[in-house]
Amino acid sequence: MQAQEPLTILIAEDSAADRLLLSTIVRRQGHEVLTAANGAEAVDLFRRQQPDLVLMDAMMPVMDGFEAARQIKALAGETLVPIIFLTSLTESEALARCLEAGGDDFLAKPYNQVILAAKIKAMDRLRRLQATVLQQRDLIAKHHDYLLNEQRVAKAVFDKVAHSGCLSAPNIRYLQSPYALFNGDLLLAAYTPAGDMHVLLGDFTGHGLPAAVGAMPLAEVFYGMTAKGYGLAETLREMNAKLKRILPVDMFCCATLLCLSFQRRSVEVWNGGMPDGYLHRIVSGERVPLAARHLPLGVLSAQAFDDRTEVHPMAVGDRVFLLSDGVIDTSDASDQLFGVERLQQVFAASREPDRLFEDIEQALRDFRGEARDDVSMVEVRLLEPAQVKPSAPVYSDSGQSCPLDWSVSFEFRGATLKRFNPLPYLLQLLLEVHGLRAQSGALYSVLAELYSNALEHGVLDLDSSLKRDAAGFARYYQQRNDRLEALQDGFVRVHLQVQPQGEGGRLVIRVEDSGKGFDVARVMERPLDGVRLSGRGVSLVRQLGYNASWSDEGRSARVEFSWEVEA
Amino acid sequence: MTDTHIDREALSVLRDVMEEGYPELLDTFLADSESRLGELQKTSDAKVLSEVAHSFKGSASNMGAVRLAALCQELESDAKDKSPAEIVKLVAEISGEFAEVRPVYESEKHPAHTH
Repeated sequence: MQAQEPLTILIAEDSAADRLLLSTIVRRQGHEVLTAANGAEAVDLFRRQQPDLVLMDAMMPVMDGFEAARQIKALAGETLVPIIFLTSLTESEALARCLEAGGDDFLAKPYNQVILAAKIKAMDRLRRLQATVLQQRDLIAKHHDYLLNEQRVAKAVFDKVAHSGCLSAPNIRYLQSPYALFNGDLLLAAYTPAGDMHVLLGDFTGHGLPAAVGAMPLAEVFYGMTAKGYGLAETLREMNAKLKRILPVDMFCCATLLCLSFQRRSVEVWNGGMPDGYLHRIVSGERVPLAARHLPLGVLSAQAFDDRTEVHPMAVGDRVFLLSDGVIDTSDASDQLFGVERLQQVFAASREPDRLFEDIEQALRDFRGEARDDVSMVEVRLLEPAQVKPSAPVYSDSGQSCPLDWSVSFEFRGATLKRFNPLPYLLQLLLEVHGLRAQSGALYSVLAELYSNALEHGVLDLDSSLKRDAAGFARYYQQRNDRLEALQDGFVRVHLQVQPQGEGGRLVIRVEDSGKGFDVARVMERPLDGVRLSGRGVSLVRQLGYNASWSDEGRSARVEFSWEVEA
Repeated sequence: MTDTHIDREALSVLRDVMEEGYPELLDTFLADSESRLGELQKTSDAKVLSEVAHSFKGSASNMGAVRLAALCQELESDAKDKSPAEIVKLVAEISGEFAEVRPVYESEKHPAHTH
């Protein structure tokens, strides 16, 4: 007999001669043998020694082979312990009982050692196959648990990052399934230093962890650059370049990015590959679509990427609504899509703006018969500036290196003005002065206002009166883009001067431009009016105080910030 | 002694398989058989008769005692249908057959006995 891998085989047989004969045969085939003279002994031995295979006589005193087989199979659980019944039973009914009790095969008396060896071998194959299947099943289960755990950890980490923003702001409502991240959906919101709000709704290609990996770097860029005062264009460029660099070719991120300005009462939009968003004007009931005009993030090279945005005026209470394609691409039993038309019907039927999400969800349920877990929606309302309370930035430096007596001047010329936004750098420089940190929002707003006045009305010679109505508003930003594109000459100069003053200090900002200037006296006569869309931002700067003054026929603006005690 | 009682080839296989354990196997079989015969002679319970005959048949067939196995098979399957007299007669036949073959197994125990 050719020896196979030795097994431990339990022989349960009440006849001493048969037991001796069988043990000898089995031992000579190279296996370990355990013997029992009845079913109860067999079960007891099995419990203590876990043999690999059992040769079981059917008729035995104390406990017969049928009952012993049942108990052994129960003890073995998922492991296959083959039981070969030893029998001279001839009636088919009795043979059937062996199988019902869990028997896997029979061996008739008189024993034939060749057949016995073949049967042991065959049963051993079966046993190993079962063991392999179980092992692989357990492995798969382990991998699955591992994956779920990874997702839980990733989600926990990501939630920390995502929630460092301002999704909980009173003017934001959103709806996302708990594991939307693993459907590739991403929702971020943060205040800019000027108190504007940036919101991003993104949708990565694919599902699962691959769809979620891009979310981290994207969130990092979004929060980092928003906090430093970068505008949409720079942030978009950076996000696009980063995703292009790190994602494989077939992965990208559809995204809509908003900048909601409470001061200017406008929303700036860039939509790359997302479904239309909507600007809902509450007074007129009109819904202005915010359509995709660009390829998704992570597709185009930095040179080919288009960061042009659209700007729309808003009134207090107006809402911007964004949604993921999970809404529109929801399909019913016959593979029909929910589609934009049905969404518009929901809009039309929705009487109560605060119930829009519920109305859409209801419509999706009615359409499909069940809820989906990859639907993301967000709605942002325009508030009065006074209602907005941006969270204070956190500084991590020790405060020992605060510079208090210095000045610096910059001149930004044509080619630079086209594509470079110096505000984040200027702001960071100024925030090294600890006394200014408490006023960082105002500082940024004023600086941003003066800079854009100098650029748009000075260097680019844009007419602010264009912005009196919504159509002109769009035309204004179109002209701004065109003129900036064509810009050759011109400059904006920024002078910063910081001096100690008593216990505190003083900052003087002067911004000059190469434009035609304006009639300072006439503009100053106008009442302070924050509501108009037009006006050179002069109102805003004057409202904020800070001893604002203009000289050189409006080409040079000057403001002062001062602080009492060093922070 | 003729081959209608014993399968000589089966015996030779057993000898090969058991090697030095062969005499012990023969002893065990003989002792086992005696105790089974005793059980058969003691009882008139058809179920007990059938069960003991079943076990006896098994080991007899393993040991090549073909006629003994056939008689046990008859008792196993017909115990419940036979009259007490018929059973006594069948048990006596089994006993007689065992007495018939016993010397063969006794003689097989001696190493000098070869084929």
